[in-house]
This record gives sequence, C-alpha cells and structure tokens, in this order.
Amino acid sequence: MASGVKPRVKVPKSASAGDVITIKTLISHKMESGQRKDDDGNVIPRSIINRFTVDFNGQNVIDVTLEPAISTNPYFEFDSQVPEAGEFTFTWYDDDGDVYTETKAIAIG
Amino acid sequence: MQLTRRQTLLMGAAAGFLATLPLKARATAEDLIADFAGGADIGEGGIDLTAPEIAENGNTVPISVDAPGATAIMVLAMGNPTPAVCTFKFGPLAGSQSASTRIRLAGTQDVIALAKMGDGSVVQTSATVKVTIGGCGG
Repeated sequence: MASGVKPRVKVPKSASAGDVITIKTLISHKMESGQRKDDDGNVIPRSIINRFTVDFNGQNVIDVTLEPAISTNPYFEFDSQVPEAGEFTFTWYDDDGDVYTETKAIAIG
Repeated sequence: MQLTRRQTLLMGAAAGFLATLPLKARATAEDLIADFAGGADIGEGGIDLTAPEIAENGNTVPISVDAPGATAIMVLAMGNPTPAVCTFKFGPLAGSQSASTRIRLAGTQDVIALAKMGDGSVVQTSATVKVTIGGCGG
C-alpha cells in the first residue's frame, strides 16, 4: 500500500550523558488486519508493518514485532539511554517489503 | 425455500466448524506462550500491564507494559481472531523495560502480558478490558 506513509518521531534535542529519555514514535499506516471484508464480502488482504526497530549509534534500543492487532497508525512510547551524542535510527518494515527510516540526532548539553 | 438433505448436512457441518474456532484461537495462544516461555515455569509478579477497564473503541486501546529486568515482553489478546499482539525486545541501550502502544481488541476479553527476565524466568500478568465497539471491522 505504501501510500501516505509518514513517520513521526519525538526525541529531545539534547540530554546529559547517561540520561534516560522518553521517545515517542508514530507512523501513519492503515495496518490492514486481513480480517476485514469489503462491500462485496471479499477479505481485504493483510498489509501491516511487521517490525519496528530503534538503534542508537548502531546499538539496539528496542525491537518490536507487530501483529495485525496493532492499531492503525502504530504508536510506540519507550525509554532509551543516551551514553553520548549521536543519532537515533528508526526503522519500520512493511509487509510489502518497503522499509521506512527516520533519523534524529541528539546532542549532549 | 425448501431445505434439501444435502443443504441441511452442509449447514450442520458449517455450524460445527464455527463452534471450534474459539478453541483454535486458544490453542494457538497456548502455543505462543509455550514458545515464548521456552519450557520455563510461568510465575507472577515483576510485570505491570496497564490497560483501561472499559474501552469505548476496540480499534485503539492504549496499553503499556513495564517489567524491570526483562529482555522481552509479549502481549496477547485472548479474544482476538489471532491472539498475538506484539513482542518487545529490549536492546542494551533500552532506558527501561517498558513500552506503550495502542492495540485492537475484537471484544471484551483478557489481555495477557508475559515477560522473559534476564535470568530466563518468565512472568505473566493479565487485565480484563471491556470493549463497547469491537475493533475487527466485523
């Protein structure tokens, strides 16, 4: 489906070294569950984001496996350590093979 | 409409098949739990699952899980057509072993969260959510 997919990520601009920060992410996606039927009674095929990962400077923060029971526009909130200045990489994997990435830099200050 | 013997038999077979469906969902949930636990006994305590008591809309039910010291948390919705909801795996840089998301619930049911701890033990907790409007587009 891959149309109108827009990742949004909220990360503080700066933190102290060693801080724990809260990150909020949302990606606009229909998350078609494969359970719904269209007007003619045909099952609408499943089309979801099946995996979401977050890395900081190459080290993993969280790795989420998503199933069809995750709501439309998957939202996640979690905590991460910030040992140094660097960059968060957010990656979403779509059923149709598309990969959406977003990066956010964070400074120490 | 006149029911033929064949149609009646077919209807009976269909009804029997439908009746077994919830049982099947249970079975897969048990499989998922067994896979996740990997043979470890399932204990209690050390995991928090926050879910609303009443959800007006089953399409987006906010939940959060928190299990200090866990390496992975799995969430299951026992009353959904497919019980798996999501699995969180925490990497070395996770700030805390907690996460929030929004899930779909087909109807009033138990939501179960299992956490695999760093020492290999597995703990479980559950919460009942009343759903006013189901979220599977039925």
